[in-house]
Amino acid sequence: MSLTPEQVQQVAHLARLELNAEMVPTYAQQISNILAMVDQLSAADTQGVSPMAHPLGLTQRLRPDVVTEPNRREAYQAHAPAVEDGLFLVPKVIE
Amino acid sequence: MHTLSLNELAAGLKARKFSSRELTQHYLTRIAERDGALNSYVTVTPEIALAQADAADARLARGEAGALTGIPLAQKDIFCTEGVRTACGSKMLDKFIAPYDATIVKKLHAEAGMPLLGKLNMDEFAMGSSNETSFYGPVKNPWDLGRVPGGSSGGSVACVAAGLAPVATATDTGGSIRQPAAFTNLTGIKPTYGRVSRYGMIAFASSLDQAGVVARSAEDAALVLQAMSGFDPLDSTSLERPVDDLVAGLGASIKGLKIGLPKEYFADGMSAAVRAGVESAIAQLKTLGVEFREISLPNAPLSVPTYYVVAPAEASSNLARFDGVRYGHRSVEARNLEELYKKSRGEGFGAEVQRRIMIGTYVLSHGYYDAYYLQAQKVRKLIYEDFKRAYTEVDLILAPSTTDVAFPFGDKSDDPVAMYLNDIYTIAANLAGIPAMSLPCGFSEGLPVGFQLMGNYFDEGRLLNVAHQFQLATDFHRATPKGF
Amino acid sequence: MSSIPAGWEAVIGLEVHCQLLTKTKIFSGASTTYGAEPNTQADAVTLGLPGVLPVLNREAVTMAVKFGLSVDAKIAETCVFARKHYFYPDLPKGYQISQYELPIVEQGHLDIEVDGVAKRIGITRAHLEEDAGKSLHDAFPGFTGIDLNRAGTPLIEIVSEPDIRNSAEAVAYLKKLHQLVVALGVCDGNMQEGSFRCDANVSVRKPGAPFGTRTETKNINSFRYVQQAIDYEIERQIEVIEAGGKINQETRLFNPDTGETRAMRSKENANDYRYFPDPDLLPVVVTAADQERIRASMPELPAAKKARFESQYGLSAYDANLLTSESALADYYETVVKVSGAEAKTCANWVTGDLLAALNKSGKAIEDSPISATQLAGLVARIADKTISGKIAKDVFEAMLAGEGDADAIIKAKGLVQITDEGAIAAAIDAIIAGNPQQVADYRGGKDKLFGFFVGQAMKATQGKANPEALNRILKEKLAG
Repeated sequence: MSLTPEQVQQVAHLARLELNAEMVPTYAQQISNILAMVDQLSAADTQGVSPMAHPLGLTQRLRPDVVTEPNRREAYQAHAPAVEDGLFLVPKVIE
Repeated sequence: MHTLSLNELAAGLKARKFSSRELTQHYLTRIAERDGALNSYVTVTPEIALAQADAADARLARGEAGALTGIPLAQKDIFCTEGVRTACGSKMLDKFIAPYDATIVKKLHAEAGMPLLGKLNMDEFAMGSSNETSFYGPVKNPWDLGRVPGGSSGGSVACVAAGLAPVATATDTGGSIRQPAAFTNLTGIKPTYGRVSRYGMIAFASSLDQAGVVARSAEDAALVLQAMSGFDPLDSTSLERPVDDLVAGLGASIKGLKIGLPKEYFADGMSAAVRAGVESAIAQLKTLGVEFREISLPNAPLSVPTYYVVAPAEASSNLARFDGVRYGHRSVEARNLEELYKKSRGEGFGAEVQRRIMIGTYVLSHGYYDAYYLQAQKVRKLIYEDFKRAYTEVDLILAPSTTDVAFPFGDKSDDPVAMYLNDIYTIAANLAGIPAMSLPCGFSEGLPVGFQLMGNYFDEGRLLNVAHQFQLATDFHRATPKGF
Repeated sequence: MSSIPAGWEAVIGLEVHCQLLTKTKIFSGASTTYGAEPNTQADAVTLGLPGVLPVLNREAVTMAVKFGLSVDAKIAETCVFARKHYFYPDLPKGYQISQYELPIVEQGHLDIEVDGVAKRIGITRAHLEEDAGKSLHDAFPGFTGIDLNRAGTPLIEIVSEPDIRNSAEAVAYLKKLHQLVVALGVCDGNMQEGSFRCDANVSVRKPGAPFGTRTETKNINSFRYVQQAIDYEIERQIEVIEAGGKINQETRLFNPDTGETRAMRSKENANDYRYFPDPDLLPVVVTAADQERIRASMPELPAAKKARFESQYGLSAYDANLLTSESALADYYETVVKVSGAEAKTCANWVTGDLLAALNKSGKAIEDSPISATQLAGLVARIADKTISGKIAKDVFEAMLAGEGDADAIIKAKGLVQITDEGAIAAAIDAIIAGNPQQVADYRGGKDKLFGFFVGQAMKATQGKANPEALNRILKEKLAG
């Protein structure tokens, strides 16, 4: 599997990354090399094998429905890039 | 003082040979004088360290000290520390002052009473094997300043190896504790997945990440790992199982212990220096009564490709939160929302992180998920089953930690695949979630060589004891780099 | 409600987002109270700070299971949380924790009725997920403000089969669903605050043809808007196709001011959500024993309650349906029956008649009724024991509504106790007969209709307090001579 510079740009868009234009061909080459290495996986016989998402076969623990978190807005917004009246600001969104 | 073991330091503190303040100041002075050459710290926290040292001295005076109270420690800059910048090696978080403490930060500083010396350099978001991807510049290997210390926990190993901290935390997603420990003559352990809380540890690949310790001996590592471990209700993947007494377990005999040598790990691939080191370690362990047998982990060669699907997939998702909205780097060039995202993330992340985000995004995207991500999760299961089977035959597994000794800067930095293959021996333990460690077994032309021990689930106690028995019989781990 | 033109058929599926009534968020211990100051309920986990981890709220799981059991669905023994990725400022982590391949609830159904015709609507699935925050577009010029208080509130997204064919069925389904989740106590049902909101997937086709391309109209927050949005969308799609155009698969927004829908600009049409199992959360197991424990804790559901009201109280289907439409109303009714000891049908008449009319008039919910169930029971009891007549009771009811107190106090204060002393009634009647000889003669001569005149006179003489039954009987006797 190899990626063209255009495909790299598409993936970068999906991941919301603005790439340095000069780097795009390099990325395309490097990612293609990595995918070529990864392609070894296709040779593995995994018929009937269930996928493993977690190292331990444990199940989810459940938390009691009790309020434990106080209001810490000031601390959490102290270093936020843009805040006004307690709201985080972003450039105007048009729906 | 900086050559003493943690037990010796604790004894000195209890006997009032020196105070925690004096000990802490000693390290702060060494950092100020010597870290310029290494770049192992990104933030030094003298005020916090001395205040915590004073608190430790008060505890010592009251007779309320634990095994580690008063002994300073440095934290990998991946753990959130309230009020202290937590940058994770990235421009993205260069101005991020964490508003909360990671669980292990609470355990080690507030509970165990270890003064925080500072935050340690690392590969950006722990993605790297050489510490060359850090926004704060590479860390140098104290054994040879022209060589890498390994990664991603490069700052952790460099500072401990150079005596700029008695011990340090580290994290291991694919070998980030064991490979740098091997490159710097240290003992580093990654426990069973779930043993140490991940709460407050900035996520790289959630199903693989595990915190651990780098230390100058197995005994030191056991002491600190004991203090870090344990159930945390804030982490859904935390183990509820009680932790063994790792320190008490260090006395047991290892006679008759069965250790497996996976043939796939001893095929071509390791350098002569590493082969010689590992073979001498095997010979040494035989003299201690250990029995060796060849085993097979047939799917082990697929660890690297499996890892380079699973880890980037999880990373691409974990790093989506860095968008310049609530914290972290925000581009000043953005004119609209899409630019805010793209420019903030484009400027905030370095090349290796961008590369892995793109790989991860690609393997999860429509049409590729089954071929890459799902297939990798299935191969991961095969790798796990290999280990399960092996541990019905043997108690532990021994393997090389690295293919070679520490390499020079720039050697692999333009070739990601070559860099990734560097982790060929360490990755499988993360995929399976088993505990694994690296410890010193010799030198080649003045550069340290390490070997790896992998244990069954929850068996870090036995792992540390074998390492401890080995270190009682050998002196490699006592060697320190010239000039430090 | 506009009808669908002949030769066309609409295919509608609804996705309902229902906020669960937990005290805390689905993955953290931050409060979910509505209306707090912006971002004061956005804790570290809600904000998606680096290093934080989710831990699942037990109550959210319990509520989802309750819902599943109430629609006869299968409860998954193991369900899995997945991450759904997209970038939007009110989604703090860049992904929403949701469920994808293995939802907690699958294959249920809900029975609705439109114009007396019953229909079963399939429920494909219901899954647990976290809500997003709110974007405030008008707070600051040039900027959108982000409030993450709502982010992380537990939701169940209930997905119907495309079994719905018109807006009337859609509204009937939604109302039934709304009634159910409120009765279960898993949702407050407040549509204005967004606790219960609906996305409508609509397509049109010629009957028998394959499904047409569908549009999804998002976040419709009233029953009337759902009806308007669906009607608009059906009409628009038919017009487009009949004009030779094609329907785009797209996300649309409903504008309540115009009753129209329009395509959204900000959502990409080719989203690639890159779902994968959330590695921070483990598989959730709900055992058969858990299910039974949860089932035992469930309140009686509207359908069962309706059937019980018909059999236990002998009510008509209409009354039973009305009284069980809200659990608070059903509780009110049952209190009236129990406390008054009166006939169930009489109680039903008072509740569905005078009480609901009064509440309707003042725009009050049953929970805010100025007359409590015990108070109304007190009134009905006085009718049953003949202390007052049904007619006097209407006056007492008005006085109670005006806040003048309990029935007994009003009856006493106003001297409204019924005269049951037959001697007194007979004396009053004697006086009337004596005072109206002409009318008596006419009556006895065959003018039966004059009986009413004597009743009126007698009531007037007793200030309406004479027991009507005794009065009628004695009057008849006396007039007969």
